[in-house]
Amino acid sequence: MAMASSDNAVRSSNFTRALIYLVLILFALFYLLPFGIMLVNSLKPLEEITGGNMIALPQNWTIAPWLSAWSTAQIGVQPTGLRPYFINSIVMAVPAVAISTFVGALNGYVLTKWHFRGATWIFGLLLFSCFIPFQIVLIPMARILGILNISGTAYGLILVHVVYGIGFSTLYFRNYYAVFPTELVRAAQIDGAGFFQIFWRIMLPSSGPIIAVCCIWQFTNIWNDFLFGASFASGGSAPMTVALNNLVNSSTGVREYNVHFAGAIMAAGPTLLVYIVAGRYFVRGLMAGSVKG
Amino acid sequence: MAATDPMLSGGADFRTRLQNWLPKIVLAPSLAVMVIFVYGFIAFTVYLSFTDSRMLPSYGFVGFENYSDLFQIRTWDTAVTNLAIFASLYIVICTIIGLMLAILLDQKIRGEGFLRPIFLYPMALSFIVTGTAWKWMLDPAIGLENTMHLWGWESFEFNWIKDGDMAIYTIVIAAVWQSSGFVMAMFLAGLRGIDNEILKAAQMDGASNFQLYRRIILPQLRPAFLSAFVILSHLAIKSYDLVIALTGGGPGNATALPATFMYSYTFTRNQMGIGASSAVIMLMTIAAIMVPYLYAELREKK
Repeated sequence: MAMASSDNAVRSSNFTRALIYLVLILFALFYLLPFGIMLVNSLKPLEEITGGNMIALPQNWTIAPWLSAWSTAQIGVQPTGLRPYFINSIVMAVPAVAISTFVGALNGYVLTKWHFRGATWIFGLLLFSCFIPFQIVLIPMARILGILNISGTAYGLILVHVVYGIGFSTLYFRNYYAVFPTELVRAAQIDGAGFFQIFWRIMLPSSGPIIAVCCIWQFTNIWNDFLFGASFASGGSAPMTVALNNLVNSSTGVREYNVHFAGAIMAAGPTLLVYIVAGRYFVRGLMAGSVKG
Repeated sequence: MAATDPMLSGGADFRTRLQNWLPKIVLAPSLAVMVIFVYGFIAFTVYLSFTDSRMLPSYGFVGFENYSDLFQIRTWDTAVTNLAIFASLYIVICTIIGLMLAILLDQKIRGEGFLRPIFLYPMALSFIVTGTAWKWMLDPAIGLENTMHLWGWESFEFNWIKDGDMAIYTIVIAAVWQSSGFVMAMFLAGLRGIDNEILKAAQMDGASNFQLYRRIILPQLRPAFLSAFVILSHLAIKSYDLVIALTGGGPGNATALPATFMYSYTFTRNQMGIGASSAVIMLMTIAAIMVPYLYAELREKK
Protein backbone atom coordinates (compact mmCIF):
# COMPACT_ATOMS: atom_id res chain seq x y z
CA MET A 1 0.00 0.00 0.00
CA ALA A 2 1.40 3.39 -0.98
CA MET A 3 2.12 6.02 1.62
CA ALA A 4 -0.89 8.23 1.12
CA SER A 5 -0.65 11.64 2.72
CA SER A 6 -3.66 11.14 4.92
CA ASP A 7 -3.46 12.30 8.51
CA ASN A 8 -5.32 9.19 9.58
CA ALA A 9 -2.83 6.44 10.24
CA VAL A 10 -5.15 3.68 9.04
CA ARG A 11 -5.52 3.52 5.26
CA SER A 12 -7.67 1.37 3.06
CA SER A 13 -8.30 0.68 -0.62
CA ASN A 14 -11.26 1.95 -2.63
CA PHE A 15 -12.96 -1.43 -2.52
CA THR A 16 -12.71 -1.59 1.26
CA ARG A 17 -14.10 1.92 1.51
CA ALA A 18 -17.10 1.01 -0.62
CA LEU A 19 -17.69 -1.98 1.63
CA ILE A 20 -17.45 0.20 4.73
CA TYR A 21 -20.06 2.60 3.36
CA LEU A 22 -22.32 -0.30 2.45
CA VAL A 23 -22.19 -1.77 5.96
CA LEU A 24 -22.76 1.63 7.56
CA ILE A 25 -25.75 2.35 5.34
CA LEU A 26 -27.25 -1.07 6.02
CA PHE A 27 -26.99 -0.43 9.74
CA ALA A 28 -28.50 3.03 9.32
CA LEU A 29 -31.47 1.32 7.66
CA PHE A 30 -31.66 -1.21 10.49
CA TYR A 31 -31.93 1.62 13.02
CA LEU A 32 -34.28 3.75 10.95
CA LEU A 33 -36.70 1.14 9.66
CA PRO A 34 -38.72 0.18 12.76
CA PHE A 35 -39.48 3.79 13.59
CA GLY A 36 -39.86 4.86 9.96
CA ILE A 37 -42.28 2.08 9.16
CA MET A 38 -44.23 2.90 12.28
CA LEU A 39 -44.50 6.52 11.14
CA VAL A 40 -45.67 5.54 7.65
CA ASN A 41 -48.22 3.08 8.98
CA SER A 42 -49.64 5.56 11.46
CA LEU A 43 -50.88 7.49 8.40
CA LYS A 44 -52.69 4.51 6.82
CA PRO A 45 -56.27 3.35 7.27
CA LEU A 46 -56.44 0.09 9.24
CA GLU A 47 -57.40 -2.13 6.25
CA GLU A 48 -54.18 -1.19 4.50
CA ILE A 49 -52.16 -2.44 7.47
CA THR A 50 -53.93 -5.73 8.07
CA GLY A 51 -54.34 -6.47 4.36
CA GLY A 52 -51.24 -4.92 2.87
CA ASN A 53 -47.49 -4.61 2.93
CA MET A 54 -46.01 -2.80 5.90
CA ILE A 55 -43.31 -1.17 3.80
CA ALA A 56 -45.73 0.25 1.21
CA LEU A 57 -46.63 3.92 1.41
CA PRO A 58 -50.26 4.67 2.25
CA GLN A 59 -52.68 4.67 -0.70
CA ASN A 60 -55.07 6.87 1.23
CA TRP A 61 -53.18 9.16 3.55
CA THR A 62 -55.09 9.88 6.72
CA ILE A 63 -54.45 11.65 10.01
CA ALA A 64 -57.49 10.03 11.61
CA PRO A 65 -55.33 7.59 13.65
CA TRP A 66 -53.43 10.54 15.14
CA LEU A 67 -56.61 12.35 16.08
CA SER A 68 -58.00 9.18 17.59
CA ALA A 69 -54.84 8.40 19.56
CA TRP A 70 -54.73 11.94 20.89
CA SER A 71 -58.32 12.48 21.93
CA THR A 72 -60.70 9.54 21.55
CA ALA A 73 -58.87 6.21 21.85
CA GLN A 74 -59.86 3.91 24.68
CA ILE A 75 -57.22 3.91 27.44
CA GLY A 76 -58.25 1.49 30.15
CA VAL A 77 -61.96 2.10 30.48
CA GLN A 78 -62.18 5.73 29.41
CA PRO A 79 -62.21 6.86 25.76
CA THR A 80 -60.05 9.87 26.55
CA GLY A 81 -57.18 9.42 24.13
CA LEU A 82 -53.61 9.95 25.24
CA ARG A 83 -53.88 13.69 25.78
CA PRO A 84 -54.53 13.68 29.56
CA TYR A 85 -51.66 11.24 30.08
CA PHE A 86 -49.34 13.36 27.99
CA ILE A 87 -50.19 16.24 30.31
CA ASN A 88 -49.64 13.98 33.35
CA SER A 89 -46.15 13.20 32.11
CA ILE A 90 -45.32 16.87 31.60
CA VAL A 91 -46.70 17.84 35.00
CA MET A 92 -44.57 15.07 36.51
CA ALA A 93 -41.38 15.53 34.51
CA VAL A 94 -40.89 19.30 34.57
CA PRO A 95 -40.77 19.82 38.35
CA ALA A 96 -38.88 16.57 38.91
CA VAL A 97 -36.21 17.58 36.40
CA ALA A 98 -35.92 21.10 37.83
CA ILE A 99 -35.67 19.99 41.45
CA SER A 100 -33.26 17.11 40.92
CA THR A 101 -30.99 19.25 38.73
CA PHE A 102 -30.92 22.09 41.25
CA VAL A 103 -30.20 19.76 44.17
CA GLY A 104 -27.54 17.99 42.12
CA ALA A 105 -25.84 21.33 41.39
CA LEU A 106 -25.75 22.22 45.09
CA ASN A 107 -24.44 18.78 46.02
CA GLY A 108 -21.77 18.85 43.35
CA TYR A 109 -20.70 22.30 44.54
CA VAL A 110 -20.43 21.17 48.16
CA LEU A 111 -18.65 17.93 47.33
CA THR A 112 -15.97 19.57 45.19
CA LYS A 113 -15.38 23.01 46.73
CA TRP A 114 -16.00 22.44 50.44
CA HIS A 115 -13.95 19.44 51.35
CA PHE A 116 -14.77 17.63 54.53
CA ARG A 117 -14.15 14.19 55.89
CA GLY A 118 -16.29 11.46 54.45
CA ALA A 119 -17.13 13.34 51.25
CA THR A 120 -15.91 10.51 49.05
CA TRP A 121 -17.97 8.04 51.05
CA ILE A 122 -21.08 10.15 50.71
CA PHE A 123 -20.49 10.44 47.00
CA GLY A 124 -19.97 6.68 46.75
CA LEU A 125 -23.29 6.06 48.49
CA LEU A 126 -25.02 8.51 46.12
CA LEU A 127 -23.34 6.92 43.12
CA PHE A 128 -24.35 3.37 43.98
CA SER A 129 -27.95 4.54 44.28
CA CYS A 130 -27.90 5.31 40.54
CA PHE A 131 -27.49 1.67 39.71
CA ILE A 132 -29.74 -0.22 42.11
CA PRO A 133 -32.52 -2.26 40.51
CA PHE A 134 -35.60 -0.29 41.48
CA GLN A 135 -37.44 -3.49 42.33
CA ILE A 136 -35.61 -3.37 45.65
CA VAL A 137 -37.41 -0.15 46.67
CA LEU A 138 -40.85 -0.76 45.16
CA ILE A 139 -42.50 -2.30 48.21
CA PRO A 140 -41.40 0.22 50.86
CA MET A 141 -41.97 3.10 48.42
CA ALA A 142 -45.56 1.99 47.88
CA ARG A 143 -46.02 1.98 51.67
CA ILE A 144 -44.46 5.41 52.18
CA LEU A 145 -46.49 7.01 49.40
CA GLY A 146 -49.58 5.50 51.02
CA ILE A 147 -48.61 6.85 54.45
CA LEU A 148 -47.89 10.31 53.02
CA ASN A 149 -51.25 10.07 51.25
CA ILE A 150 -49.78 10.95 47.86
CA SER A 151 -49.92 7.57 46.16
CA GLY A 152 -51.44 7.80 42.71
CA THR A 153 -50.81 11.55 42.46
CA ALA A 154 -48.36 13.64 40.48
CA TYR A 155 -46.69 14.65 43.77
CA GLY A 156 -45.94 11.03 44.51
CA LEU A 157 -44.23 10.45 41.20
CA ILE A 158 -42.35 13.75 41.42
CA LEU A 159 -41.02 12.71 44.81
CA VAL A 160 -39.97 9.29 43.51
CA HIS A 161 -38.19 10.70 40.47
CA VAL A 162 -36.43 13.43 42.45
CA VAL A 163 -35.24 10.93 45.06
CA TYR A 164 -33.81 8.50 42.52
CA GLY A 165 -32.59 11.24 40.18
CA ILE A 166 -30.35 13.01 42.71
CA GLY A 167 -27.61 10.41 42.36
CA PHE A 168 -27.06 11.05 38.67
CA SER A 169 -27.47 14.81 38.84
CA THR A 170 -24.93 14.97 41.67
CA LEU A 171 -22.56 12.83 39.63
CA TYR A 172 -22.79 15.22 36.67
CA PHE A 173 -22.21 18.38 38.65
CA ARG A 174 -19.49 16.86 40.81
CA ASN A 175 -17.48 15.81 37.76
CA TYR A 176 -18.04 19.19 36.13
CA TYR A 177 -17.14 21.27 39.18
CA ALA A 178 -14.15 19.06 39.97
CA VAL A 179 -12.26 20.73 37.11
CA PHE A 180 -13.64 24.20 37.86
CA PRO A 181 -10.75 26.39 39.16
CA THR A 182 -10.92 26.34 42.94
CA GLU A 183 -8.78 29.52 43.05
CA LEU A 184 -11.78 31.50 41.80
CA VAL A 185 -13.82 30.23 44.73
CA ARG A 186 -11.04 31.00 47.22
CA ALA A 187 -10.56 34.48 45.77
CA ALA A 188 -14.26 35.22 46.11
CA GLN A 189 -14.15 33.93 49.67
CA ILE A 190 -11.33 36.33 50.54
CA ASP A 191 -13.42 39.15 49.06
CA GLY A 192 -16.08 38.20 51.57
CA ALA A 193 -18.48 36.25 49.39
CA GLY A 194 -20.56 33.70 51.26
CA PHE A 195 -21.44 30.12 50.44
CA PHE A 196 -24.57 30.92 48.44
CA GLN A 197 -23.14 34.05 46.82
CA ILE A 198 -20.34 31.96 45.35
CA PHE A 199 -22.84 29.40 44.14
CA TRP A 200 -25.18 31.93 42.50
CA ARG A 201 -22.62 34.39 41.16
CA ILE A 202 -19.69 32.17 40.24
CA MET A 203 -20.63 28.52 39.91
CA LEU A 204 -24.09 28.65 38.30
CA PRO A 205 -23.32 31.24 35.59
CA SER A 206 -20.58 29.00 34.21
CA SER A 207 -22.60 25.78 34.46
CA GLY A 208 -24.65 26.18 31.27
CA PRO A 209 -23.47 23.04 29.46
CA ILE A 210 -23.75 20.72 32.44
CA ILE A 211 -27.20 22.06 33.31
CA ALA A 212 -28.25 21.20 29.75
CA VAL A 213 -26.70 17.73 30.00
CA CYS A 214 -28.31 17.05 33.35
CA CYS A 215 -31.76 18.33 32.39
CA ILE A 216 -31.76 16.30 29.19
CA TRP A 217 -30.66 13.14 30.94
CA GLN A 218 -33.20 13.52 33.74
CA PHE A 219 -35.97 14.43 31.34
CA THR A 220 -35.29 11.44 29.10
CA ASN A 221 -35.19 9.06 32.05
CA ILE A 222 -38.25 10.44 33.79
CA TRP A 223 -40.33 10.76 30.65
CA ASN A 224 -39.43 7.22 29.56
CA ASP A 225 -39.90 5.64 32.98
CA PHE A 226 -42.40 2.83 33.08
CA LEU A 227 -41.75 0.87 36.27
CA PHE A 228 -42.52 3.67 38.74
CA GLY A 229 -45.45 4.90 36.68
CA ALA A 230 -46.95 1.42 36.52
CA SER A 231 -46.36 0.81 40.23
CA PHE A 232 -47.38 4.10 41.83
CA ALA A 233 -49.90 5.74 39.48
CA SER A 234 -53.30 4.36 38.81
CA GLY A 235 -56.05 5.06 36.29
CA GLY A 236 -56.25 8.69 35.29
CA SER A 237 -52.97 9.72 36.93
CA ALA A 238 -50.79 7.36 34.87
CA PRO A 239 -47.91 8.80 32.84
CA MET A 240 -47.66 8.55 29.06
CA THR A 241 -45.64 5.31 28.89
CA VAL A 242 -48.14 3.44 31.04
CA ALA A 243 -51.07 4.80 29.02
CA LEU A 244 -49.37 3.79 25.77
CA ASN A 245 -48.84 0.29 27.07
CA ASN A 246 -52.49 0.11 28.11
CA LEU A 247 -53.54 1.30 24.67
CA VAL A 248 -51.35 -1.17 22.80
CA ASN A 249 -51.88 -4.19 25.01
CA SER A 250 -55.56 -3.81 25.81
CA SER A 251 -57.26 -7.04 24.89
CA THR A 252 -60.71 -5.70 24.02
CA GLY A 253 -61.97 -4.86 20.55
CA VAL A 254 -60.17 -4.62 17.21
CA ARG A 255 -56.46 -3.93 17.37
CA GLU A 256 -56.13 -0.53 15.75
CA TYR A 257 -52.48 -0.73 14.85
CA ASN A 258 -52.39 2.65 13.16
CA VAL A 259 -53.71 4.27 16.34
CA HIS A 260 -51.11 2.40 18.39
CA PHE A 261 -48.33 3.68 16.15
CA ALA A 262 -49.56 7.25 16.32
CA GLY A 263 -49.65 6.92 20.11
CA ALA A 264 -46.15 5.45 20.23
CA ILE A 265 -44.77 8.33 18.19
CA MET A 266 -46.50 10.81 20.50
CA ALA A 267 -44.89 9.09 23.48
CA ALA A 268 -41.52 9.23 21.74
CA GLY A 269 -42.00 12.82 20.55
CA PRO A 270 -40.68 14.93 23.43
CA THR A 271 -37.50 12.92 24.04
CA LEU A 272 -36.87 12.58 20.32
CA LEU A 273 -37.30 16.32 19.92
CA VAL A 274 -34.80 16.95 22.70
CA TYR A 275 -32.40 14.52 21.03
CA ILE A 276 -32.70 16.25 17.66
CA VAL A 277 -32.38 19.76 19.08
CA ALA A 278 -29.64 19.05 21.62
CA GLY A 279 -28.13 15.71 20.61
CA ARG A 280 -24.63 16.84 21.56
CA TYR A 281 -25.62 17.29 25.19
CA PHE A 282 -27.57 14.05 25.17
CA VAL A 283 -24.49 12.11 24.09
CA ARG A 284 -22.33 13.90 26.65
CA GLY A 285 -24.78 12.91 29.35
CA LEU A 286 -24.73 9.29 28.26
CA MET A 287 -20.95 9.23 28.30
CA ALA A 288 -20.62 11.02 31.61
CA GLY A 289 -23.08 8.56 33.12
CA SER A 290 -21.00 5.61 32.00
CA VAL A 291 -17.37 6.68 32.13
CA LYS A 292 -17.08 8.35 35.47
CA GLY A 293 -13.77 10.01 34.69
CA MET B 1 -29.11 34.50 51.63
CA ALA B 2 -29.50 34.67 55.39
CA ALA B 3 -25.81 33.98 55.77
CA THR B 4 -24.85 37.35 54.32
CA ASP B 5 -27.44 39.42 56.14
CA PRO B 6 -25.65 41.47 58.80
CA MET B 7 -28.85 41.86 60.82
CA LEU B 8 -29.02 38.14 61.37
CA SER B 9 -25.41 37.48 62.22
CA GLY B 10 -24.50 38.29 65.76
CA GLY B 11 -21.04 39.43 64.74
CA ALA B 12 -18.34 37.99 62.52
CA ASP B 13 -17.85 35.00 64.76
CA PHE B 14 -21.33 33.59 64.20
CA ARG B 15 -21.09 34.25 60.49
CA THR B 16 -17.85 32.35 60.16
CA ARG B 17 -19.25 29.41 62.06
CA LEU B 18 -22.40 29.41 59.97
CA GLN B 19 -20.31 29.55 56.80
CA ASN B 20 -18.41 26.51 58.02
CA TRP B 21 -21.60 24.62 58.67
CA LEU B 22 -23.50 25.66 55.56
CA PRO B 23 -21.98 23.12 53.14
CA LYS B 24 -22.93 20.29 55.47
CA ILE B 25 -26.40 21.71 56.07
CA VAL B 26 -26.95 21.95 52.29
CA LEU B 27 -25.82 18.39 51.70
CA ALA B 28 -27.75 16.99 54.66
CA PRO B 29 -31.20 16.71 53.05
CA SER B 30 -29.81 14.72 50.10
CA LEU B 31 -27.92 12.47 52.46
CA ALA B 32 -31.01 11.95 54.59
CA VAL B 33 -33.13 11.18 51.53
CA MET B 34 -30.49 8.72 50.35
CA VAL B 35 -30.20 7.00 53.70
CA ILE B 36 -33.97 6.58 54.00
CA PHE B 37 -35.16 6.04 50.43
CA VAL B 38 -32.27 3.97 49.16
CA TYR B 39 -30.45 2.25 51.98
CA GLY B 40 -33.34 2.20 54.44
CA PHE B 41 -35.64 0.81 51.78
CA ILE B 42 -33.08 -1.82 50.83
CA ALA B 43 -32.85 -2.85 54.46
CA PHE B 44 -36.64 -3.00 54.70
CA THR B 45 -36.94 -5.16 51.58
CA VAL B 46 -34.18 -7.46 52.83
CA TYR B 47 -36.07 -7.74 56.12
CA LEU B 48 -39.35 -8.49 54.31
CA SER B 49 -37.63 -11.26 52.39
CA PHE B 50 -37.24 -13.09 55.71
CA THR B 51 -40.91 -12.69 56.70
CA ASP B 52 -44.19 -14.34 55.81
CA SER B 53 -45.52 -11.21 54.04
CA ARG B 54 -48.22 -11.92 51.49
CA MET B 55 -50.44 -9.11 50.26
CA LEU B 56 -49.23 -6.67 52.90
CA PRO B 57 -46.00 -6.58 54.87
CA SER B 58 -46.22 -8.82 57.90
CA TYR B 59 -43.54 -9.42 60.45
CA GLY B 60 -43.57 -13.14 61.15
CA PHE B 61 -39.98 -14.24 60.79
CA VAL B 62 -39.53 -17.31 58.60
CA GLY B 63 -35.77 -17.40 58.03
CA PHE B 64 -34.61 -18.43 54.60
CA GLU B 65 -37.91 -20.08 53.68
CA ASN B 66 -38.73 -17.54 50.94
CA TYR B 67 -35.36 -18.08 49.34
CA SER B 68 -35.66 -21.86 49.35
CA ASP B 69 -39.22 -21.53 48.02
CA LEU B 70 -38.03 -19.12 45.36
CA PHE B 71 -35.58 -21.61 43.92
CA GLN B 72 -38.30 -24.25 43.79
CA ILE B 73 -40.52 -22.09 41.60
CA ARG B 74 -40.29 -23.04 37.97
CA THR B 75 -41.00 -19.51 36.71
CA TRP B 76 -38.03 -18.19 38.69
CA ASP B 77 -35.90 -20.88 37.13
CA THR B 78 -37.12 -19.76 33.69
CA ALA B 79 -36.51 -16.13 34.61
CA VAL B 80 -32.93 -16.76 35.69
CA THR B 81 -32.16 -18.90 32.64
CA ASN B 82 -33.72 -16.25 30.41
CA LEU B 83 -31.65 -13.55 32.07
CA ALA B 84 -28.48 -15.56 31.47
CA ILE B 85 -29.36 -16.03 27.79
CA PHE B 86 -30.58 -12.47 27.34
CA ALA B 87 -27.75 -10.76 29.19
CA SER B 88 -24.93 -12.68 27.53
CA LEU B 89 -26.31 -12.28 24.00
CA TYR B 90 -27.25 -8.66 24.61
CA ILE B 91 -23.82 -7.75 25.95
CA VAL B 92 -21.86 -9.68 23.32
CA ILE B 93 -23.90 -8.55 20.31
CA CYS B 94 -24.07 -4.91 21.42
CA THR B 95 -20.33 -4.90 21.98
CA ILE B 96 -19.57 -6.46 18.60
CA ILE B 97 -21.91 -4.16 16.68
CA GLY B 98 -20.88 -1.12 18.69
CA LEU B 99 -17.18 -1.78 18.21
CA MET B 100 -17.60 -2.53 14.52
CA LEU B 101 -19.62 0.61 13.82
CA ALA B 102 -17.20 2.73 15.81
CA ILE B 103 -14.18 1.38 13.92
CA LEU B 104 -15.93 1.84 10.57
CA LEU B 105 -17.05 5.36 11.43
CA ASP B 106 -13.50 6.18 12.46
CA GLN B 107 -12.18 5.66 8.90
CA LYS B 108 -12.63 9.31 7.91
CA ILE B 109 -16.14 8.63 6.71
CA ARG B 110 -17.96 11.30 4.78
CA GLY B 111 -21.35 11.87 6.36
CA GLU B 112 -20.29 10.70 9.80
CA GLY B 113 -22.19 13.58 11.34
CA PHE B 114 -25.27 12.31 9.54
CA LEU B 115 -24.88 8.60 10.35
CA ARG B 116 -23.89 8.84 14.01
CA PRO B 117 -27.14 10.37 15.26
CA ILE B 118 -29.08 7.73 13.31
CA PHE B 119 -27.23 4.94 15.10
CA LEU B 120 -27.83 6.53 18.45
CA TYR B 121 -31.38 7.87 18.37
CA PRO B 122 -33.12 4.69 19.67
CA MET B 123 -31.42 5.42 22.99
CA ALA B 124 -33.72 8.44 23.37
CA LEU B 125 -36.85 6.30 23.04
CA SER B 126 -38.79 4.63 25.80
CA PHE B 127 -38.58 0.84 25.87
CA ILE B 128 -42.36 0.85 25.60
CA VAL B 129 -42.10 2.60 22.23
CA THR B 130 -39.36 0.22 21.10
CA GLY B 131 -41.49 -2.71 22.21
CA THR B 132 -44.52 -1.41 20.32
CA ALA B 133 -42.54 -1.02 17.11
CA TRP B 134 -40.84 -4.41 17.29
CA LYS B 135 -43.85 -6.30 18.53
CA TRP B 136 -45.49 -5.53 15.26
CA MET B 137 -42.43 -5.95 13.04
CA LEU B 138 -42.04 -9.43 14.50
CA ASP B 139 -45.73 -10.35 14.35
CA PRO B 140 -45.91 -13.01 11.62
CA ALA B 141 -49.42 -11.99 10.51
CA ILE B 142 -48.64 -8.37 9.60
CA GLY B 143 -44.92 -7.80 10.07
CA LEU B 144 -41.73 -9.00 8.46
CA GLU B 145 -42.98 -12.51 7.63
CA ASN B 146 -46.08 -11.18 5.91
CA THR B 147 -44.03 -8.66 3.93
CA MET B 148 -41.70 -11.39 2.69
CA HIS B 149 -44.71 -13.47 1.67
CA LEU B 150 -46.20 -10.54 -0.22
CA TRP B 151 -42.87 -10.08 -1.96
CA GLY B 152 -43.09 -13.66 -3.16
CA TRP B 153 -40.85 -15.44 -0.65
CA GLU B 154 -43.61 -17.84 0.41
CA SER B 155 -41.50 -20.17 2.53
CA PHE B 156 -40.07 -17.37 4.70
CA GLU B 157 -40.83 -18.02 8.32
CA PHE B 158 -40.09 -15.78 11.28
CA ASN B 159 -42.47 -16.40 14.13
CA TRP B 160 -40.10 -16.41 17.10
CA ILE B 161 -42.32 -14.05 19.06
CA LYS B 162 -45.08 -16.70 19.14
CA ASP B 163 -42.68 -19.55 19.89
CA GLY B 164 -41.97 -20.22 23.56
CA ASP B 165 -38.46 -21.49 22.86
CA MET B 166 -37.44 -18.59 20.65
CA ALA B 167 -39.35 -15.61 22.10
CA ILE B 168 -36.49 -14.60 24.40
CA TYR B 169 -34.35 -13.94 21.32
CA THR B 170 -36.86 -11.35 20.07
CA ILE B 171 -36.19 -9.44 23.28
CA VAL B 172 -32.49 -9.58 22.43
CA ILE B 173 -33.15 -8.19 18.94
CA ALA B 174 -35.17 -5.24 20.19
CA ALA B 175 -32.78 -4.51 23.06
CA VAL B 176 -29.75 -4.62 20.76
CA TRP B 177 -31.54 -2.26 18.40
CA GLN B 178 -32.06 0.15 21.26
CA SER B 179 -28.61 0.17 22.87
CA SER B 180 -25.95 -0.84 20.33
CA GLY B 181 -25.65 2.74 19.08
CA PHE B 182 -24.80 3.83 22.59
CA VAL B 183 -21.98 1.29 22.76
CA MET B 184 -20.81 2.62 19.40
CA ALA B 185 -20.62 6.12 20.90
CA MET B 186 -18.55 4.87 23.84
CA PHE B 187 -16.06 3.07 21.60
CA LEU B 188 -15.91 6.00 19.21
CA ALA B 189 -14.99 8.31 22.08
CA GLY B 190 -12.30 5.82 23.07
CA LEU B 191 -10.94 5.60 19.53
CA ARG B 192 -10.79 9.38 19.21
CA GLY B 193 -8.75 9.51 22.38
CA ILE B 194 -5.95 7.36 20.97
CA ASP B 195 -2.80 9.20 19.98
CA ASN B 196 -2.39 9.10 16.20
CA GLU B 197 1.39 9.40 16.50
CA ILE B 198 1.67 5.95 18.05
CA LEU B 199 -0.31 4.50 15.16
CA LYS B 200 1.87 6.24 12.59
CA ALA B 201 5.01 4.97 14.30
CA ALA B 202 3.67 1.42 14.29
CA GLN B 203 2.85 1.77 10.64
CA MET B 204 6.37 2.93 9.84
CA ASP B 205 7.53 -0.30 11.43
CA GLY B 206 5.41 -2.13 8.87
CA ALA B 207 2.38 -3.11 10.94
CA SER B 208 -0.67 -4.03 8.86
CA ASN B 209 -4.06 -2.49 9.56
CA PHE B 210 -5.23 -5.67 11.22
CA GLN B 211 -2.16 -5.83 13.45
CA LEU B 212 -2.62 -2.17 14.24
CA TYR B 213 -6.09 -2.80 15.60
CA ARG B 214 -5.29 -6.05 17.34
CA ARG B 215 -2.07 -5.05 19.01
CA ILE B 216 -2.41 -1.34 19.63
CA ILE B 217 -5.92 0.02 19.29
CA LEU B 218 -8.05 -2.65 20.97
CA PRO B 219 -5.84 -2.92 24.07
CA GLN B 220 -6.16 0.85 24.50
CA LEU B 221 -9.94 0.55 24.42
CA ARG B 222 -9.96 -1.49 27.61
CA PRO B 223 -11.70 1.18 29.71
CA ALA B 224 -14.43 1.46 27.06
CA PHE B 225 -14.91 -2.33 27.07
CA LEU B 226 -15.20 -2.31 30.83
CA SER B 227 -17.70 0.56 30.89
CA ALA B 228 -19.76 -1.05 28.15
CA PHE B 229 -19.84 -4.32 30.06
CA VAL B 230 -20.85 -2.70 33.33
CA ILE B 231 -23.54 -0.49 31.79
CA LEU B 232 -25.01 -3.23 29.60
CA SER B 233 -25.06 -5.86 32.32
CA HIS B 234 -26.77 -3.51 34.72
CA LEU B 235 -29.32 -2.57 32.03
CA ALA B 236 -29.91 -6.26 31.31
CA ILE B 237 -30.58 -7.17 34.93
CA LYS B 238 -32.99 -4.24 35.28
CA SER B 239 -34.82 -4.99 32.00
CA TYR B 240 -38.52 -4.80 32.61
CA ASP B 241 -40.33 -2.36 30.32
CA LEU B 242 -39.18 -3.96 27.10
CA VAL B 243 -40.43 -7.41 28.07
CA ILE B 244 -43.77 -5.99 29.19
CA ALA B 245 -44.25 -4.08 25.94
CA LEU B 246 -42.91 -6.73 23.57
CA THR B 247 -44.18 -10.05 24.89
CA GLY B 248 -45.80 -9.34 28.25
CA GLY B 249 -43.56 -12.13 29.57
CA GLY B 250 -45.19 -14.64 27.26
CA PRO B 251 -46.01 -16.83 25.47
CA GLY B 252 -46.89 -18.41 28.80
CA ASN B 253 -43.92 -17.52 31.00
CA ALA B 254 -41.40 -18.04 28.22
CA THR B 255 -39.87 -14.56 28.40
CA ALA B 256 -40.12 -13.95 32.14
CA LEU B 257 -37.11 -12.14 33.61
CA PRO B 258 -36.31 -11.59 37.30
CA ALA B 259 -37.71 -8.05 37.05
CA THR B 260 -41.08 -9.23 35.71
CA PHE B 261 -41.09 -12.13 38.17
CA MET B 262 -40.59 -9.78 41.11
CA TYR B 263 -43.40 -7.51 39.96
CA SER B 264 -45.94 -10.25 39.36
CA TYR B 265 -45.19 -12.14 42.60
CA THR B 266 -45.32 -8.97 44.70
CA PHE B 267 -48.22 -7.09 43.20
CA THR B 268 -50.43 -9.58 41.35
CA ARG B 269 -49.88 -12.87 43.16
CA ASN B 270 -49.60 -11.35 46.63
CA GLN B 271 -46.46 -13.27 47.55
CA MET B 272 -44.60 -10.27 48.90
CA GLY B 273 -42.04 -12.31 50.82
CA ILE B 274 -41.00 -14.18 47.71
CA GLY B 275 -41.11 -11.00 45.62
CA ALA B 276 -38.82 -9.30 48.13
CA SER B 277 -36.36 -12.19 48.11
CA SER B 278 -36.18 -12.08 44.30
CA ALA B 279 -35.50 -8.33 44.46
CA VAL B 280 -32.71 -8.94 46.95
CA ILE B 281 -31.10 -11.44 44.57
CA MET B 282 -31.34 -8.90 41.74
CA LEU B 283 -29.68 -6.28 43.92
CA MET B 284 -26.88 -8.60 44.94
CA THR B 285 -26.18 -9.50 41.32
CA ILE B 286 -25.92 -5.86 40.33
CA ALA B 287 -23.89 -5.01 43.42
CA ALA B 288 -21.42 -7.78 42.60
CA ILE B 289 -20.72 -5.99 39.31
CA MET B 290 -21.10 -2.32 40.30
CA VAL B 291 -19.40 -2.13 43.69
CA PRO B 292 -15.91 -3.21 42.56
CA TYR B 293 -16.24 -1.01 39.49
CA LEU B 294 -17.33 2.11 41.40
CA TYR B 295 -14.75 1.43 44.11
CA ALA B 296 -11.97 1.33 41.54
CA GLU B 297 -13.28 4.48 39.82
CA LEU B 298 -13.47 6.45 43.05
CA ARG B 299 -10.04 5.33 44.29
CA GLU B 300 -8.32 6.24 41.04
CA LYS B 301 -9.50 9.80 41.30
CA LYS B 302 -8.06 10.47 44.71
